[in-house]
Amino acid sequence: MENWRDNRSLFAALMVPPTFWLVLFFTLPLALVWIYSFGERGPQGQTLLAFSFANYARALEWIHLGILFKSLAIAALTTAISLLIGLPVALGIAFAPKRWRGLLLVLVILPFWTNLLIRTYAWIAVLRTTGFVNTGLEGAHGALSALLAGLGWPEALGQFEPLSLLYNQRAVVVGLVYVHLPFLILPVYASLEKLDRSYLEASLDLGAGHWRTLVSVLIPLAWPGIASGALLVFILSLGTFLTPDLLGGTDSIMIGNLIAQQFGPSRDWPFGAAISFLLMYLTFAVLWVRAGYANRQQGQVTV
Amino acid sequence: MSRAGNPFDYARRWWMRAILAASFLFLYFPIVALIAFSFNNSKRNINWRGFTLKYYEKAFANEALHDAFINSMIVASISTLVSTVLGAMLGILLYRFRFPLKGAYEGMVHLPIVIPEVCMGVALLAFFAAIKMPLGLTTITVSHIAFTIPFVAVVIRARMAGFDRSLEEAACDLGAGQWQVMRDITLPYLKPGLIAGAMLAFTLSLDDFVITFFTSGPGSTTFPIKIYSMVRFSVTPEVNAASTLLIVLTLGLTVVAMWVQSRGDGGAGARKEGA
Repeated sequence: MENWRDNRSLFAALMVPPTFWLVLFFTLPLALVWIYSFGERGPQGQTLLAFSFANYARALEWIHLGILFKSLAIAALTTAISLLIGLPVALGIAFAPKRWRGLLLVLVILPFWTNLLIRTYAWIAVLRTTGFVNTGLEGAHGALSALLAGLGWPEALGQFEPLSLLYNQRAVVVGLVYVHLPFLILPVYASLEKLDRSYLEASLDLGAGHWRTLVSVLIPLAWPGIASGALLVFILSLGTFLTPDLLGGTDSIMIGNLIAQQFGPSRDWPFGAAISFLLMYLTFAVLWVRAGYANRQQGQVTV
Repeated sequence: MSRAGNPFDYARRWWMRAILAASFLFLYFPIVALIAFSFNNSKRNINWRGFTLKYYEKAFANEALHDAFINSMIVASISTLVSTVLGAMLGILLYRFRFPLKGAYEGMVHLPIVIPEVCMGVALLAFFAAIKMPLGLTTITVSHIAFTIPFVAVVIRARMAGFDRSLEEAACDLGAGQWQVMRDITLPYLKPGLIAGAMLAFTLSLDDFVITFFTSGPGSTTFPIKIYSMVRFSVTPEVNAASTLLIVLTLGLTVVAMWVQSRGDGGAGARKEGA
């Protein structure tokens, strides 16, 4: 790497244009929102500059704190379920014969290239009252009823009642797991693929079973990848806007939707700005923890 | 690792196969069903009533959808052009130079990748309102450029990492000026990275919903925004048809980008494996 002083003209030519664009259309807007977050909402919904922490205090009132906690809980649940599904899948791919591995990885990555909105929308058709799940259940219910009727128990099961699967928090969690699962599988796979398998063989040779090897050797060795994937899923779920908007009901508003509401129908920008920054601080805190794991993982590779 | 009898050959166990099969079913069922039912000859979208292309005809005849598609193409083309150039500059800068506060600078320029999209969306909305810029295709394009620059920069930097600096030195020794070196040595080497970065920027722009949602005005509907408003209205096979078209387009572009990138990396990858 060169020192910038040795080639100032090239350095400036490369630095100025992208920096100019990003400062003007990214840093400056963020700074503006940061300033607004200390402002006040005028009587017509306009933003008045001020210096008060009232918006932050309001964000920590019970009604809004509830939404914050719910968002954290939904993000945590999403992360837990993603781990439960993603760990075995990553394990399966990492230990699959080499000729399958590429194909399986492509199958994990492929959904990434599909529009987020469409992937979320696809779940509406699966979960709604006349969706695939309910239709399937109705079919099973009908078959079972017919069978029981044949055995002399007509009306044993009663009328089929479709489950309400859509427009609630469960649907939001399903949607979030669905869109974020690859973000977990890929880093876990990467760390499993790199780890030295002689440790696992040693563990087996020394009499530990597969479970014991998995829990006491494999998971600790792959921990940086697991933690980094899990934290990524967590922050992505926490900051989501689209999934609760499409799949959630009135009880599943998350922070992202609360922010959008303030900048939309509620027209209370200073308050929206304050929540927006709270969400960003939370995101940065998680990213900071994640950076620690990422460094450790890199360290492991060079060792 | 694939020799028979390997104790870690979990993929050969029935339970692992069952887990993998169930997970891939979970990942693919909704999207495959969505695509399949865009060809279903029934408005109700649940029972299979035979193959038809009529919803594609309907989608193609839908003028609003048509306009939204044109808008998306305009936004994606212009933003790709600008963000590829700016992103490439940024990527080369970060690869090549050491400068004071580089860590902080890197954090700042990569921020658009990591902050929640809704935060960036509302920030841009507030900014455009403050400078009294009416929301429309221009504001969408400007915003798309801002959030795709860092992605392009990451791709370019990764490509540069395999670059052999002695080529540049040799060119210098043979009397080339630094701009000539840039034009004749660095840029040709970078070409696959530039194409891959441009494709990434294009698909990111084409697919973006959240940031566009906050930076678009009444007359500047893009394709995903139009699909969103159709979804809010009702779930119809026409939406499925429009969605399928977008999926095919994005997938096609990504495959081309991967192909270009793998062709470009082929030499370097082979060298690494041989070493």
